[in-house]
Amino acid sequence: MSSARYEYLLRLGDNALILSQRLGEWCGKGPALEEDMALTNNALDLLGQARLWLSLAAEEAGDGADEDTLAYLRDDREFRNVLLVEQPNGSYADTLARQFLFDAWSSLVLRRLLASSDPAIAAIAEKAVKEVSYHLRRSSDLVVRLGDGTALSHAMLQGAIDKVWPYHHELFIGDAIDAEMVASGIGFDPEHLKDEWLAYVREVLNEATLKVPAAGGWMPKGGKQGLHSEHLSKLLAEMQTLQRSHPGASW
Amino acid sequence: MYAQMVDTGSPSSMDERETRFQQRIDDGIRVEPQDWMPERYRKTLIRQISQHAHSEIVGQLPEGNWITRAPSLKRKAILLAKVQDEAGHGLYLYSAAETLGITRDQMVDDLHTGRAKYSSIFNYPTLTWADVGAIGWLVDGAAIMNQIPLCRCSYGPYARAMIRVCKEEAFHMRQGYDLMLSLCKGTPAQKAMAQDALNRWWWPSLMMFGPPDGDSVHSAQSQAWKIKLFTNDELRQKMVDQTVPQAEYLGLTVPDADLKWNAERGHYDYGDIDWEEFYNVVKGNGPCNRERLEVRNKAWTDGEWFRDALVAHADKQAQRAIAQAA
Repeated sequence: MSSARYEYLLRLGDNALILSQRLGEWCGKGPALEEDMALTNNALDLLGQARLWLSLAAEEAGDGADEDTLAYLRDDREFRNVLLVEQPNGSYADTLARQFLFDAWSSLVLRRLLASSDPAIAAIAEKAVKEVSYHLRRSSDLVVRLGDGTALSHAMLQGAIDKVWPYHHELFIGDAIDAEMVASGIGFDPEHLKDEWLAYVREVLNEATLKVPAAGGWMPKGGKQGLHSEHLSKLLAEMQTLQRSHPGASW
Repeated sequence: MYAQMVDTGSPSSMDERETRFQQRIDDGIRVEPQDWMPERYRKTLIRQISQHAHSEIVGQLPEGNWITRAPSLKRKAILLAKVQDEAGHGLYLYSAAETLGITRDQMVDDLHTGRAKYSSIFNYPTLTWADVGAIGWLVDGAAIMNQIPLCRCSYGPYARAMIRVCKEEAFHMRQGYDLMLSLCKGTPAQKAMAQDALNRWWWPSLMMFGPPDGDSVHSAQSQAWKIKLFTNDELRQKMVDQTVPQAEYLGLTVPDADLKWNAERGHYDYGDIDWEEFYNVVKGNGPCNRERLEVRNKAWTDGEWFRDALVAHADKQAQRAIAQAA
């Protein structure tokens, strides 16, 4: 049940699920009609990825679990997403900054997983990498346009990047699960993604006339191991309400 | 309907050009944006199409209310896709209206300031998950009833937009009915949730078609212009006839003591509709009128910096291109 592969799949699935849940909160309230549709598309892609990862995790667990029992019946301490994705939406600038840092990382993760020794994982990565490459193109483009837009949009984007920046550290910290995945050829060492990620983020922020925040400072972590911020349990309370209040019902 | 009580302006006697215009419509020739058209036809269509577009946009809100709480990942994906479709419908329809010489910004401003209307139905709250099913089944069902004929309406861009909209609406209705079916096959609490949703949405759905024919002052002109192909009561009757057997299949009771099959007419007879409630909602006194407009206004105001920035960036890029070329 708690094999390293199972944990690893939960991490991948929970990142996509929780970020999709956050993006879904924007539906119908975006700053422009086209943006509303694009962000909802992003949410849908991530939800689709979450369903594939969680279904595979459920198969690995082999105890009658399925994508829904994993999404709806685990408590916050059992979720394995990084802290970045559970952060509240804030303004559209905050949402976009979170999305940009995530997309830049996720596209690297998925590209590494294309070479996974695990064919089921490589197959999901192959589907997801196409979607996330597009998400990254979109979020990078918007960061540039808004960073290099008006004085107000520049200030908002810089504030948003500064605020969400500390959460990137966790993305590159490996643990025993990662080590086991590297040893079996299923996964990769997260630390190895950092230089490439930082180079890309720096390039986009430069083009956007935005500053890369200074190194060091507060480095929150623990999401991958189930130690979350206060935001996650509230997000789950909302997401899980019907499954929890009607135990055993099918929908 | 998504467009209700659309004002057709004050009629005047037709001059020769108008007579020729009417003749083309009678002959089934589509009107296209570059064609001459009477001012009243143009203004009426702007009202009708923009009202329809606004309904799609405001209509995102009641169902969007349940996206974060959808009870399975499959249902969540379906609902996200559906609400995204509504935004897409709004976009085609705003574009269709723009061919008549109005900008999207003007239309959006009319919505936000309360000058333009949207369908009365979206001023009712979605209190339970079953409401998502009831909206798909009843509200989208009623929309299709009205919009399939509009695929043959006289104005080309509107008719063509309707073809795509109707295909998606048909999917929306099916997902709504499928959701209701799951609830009705589920636990007693789920079935009660479905019945409660039908009780609350039945009458407002019938009101969607607009006032009874006798009180529908603009219908005759709209019908002559072929931008309305059936009367409100004709469509309402069709809706009742189609929906009652569907409710029976679900094992739900339609909340109308007067509802019965009339073999002589070949239709269901149904009870009186509370038109006072309808007019109240249209006037802005429905359960969620204020809330819906507040949410739309807030989204628009909060997004102003974003829209301004994209324009500013595009201007900068254009200036850079000019500087580079020089």
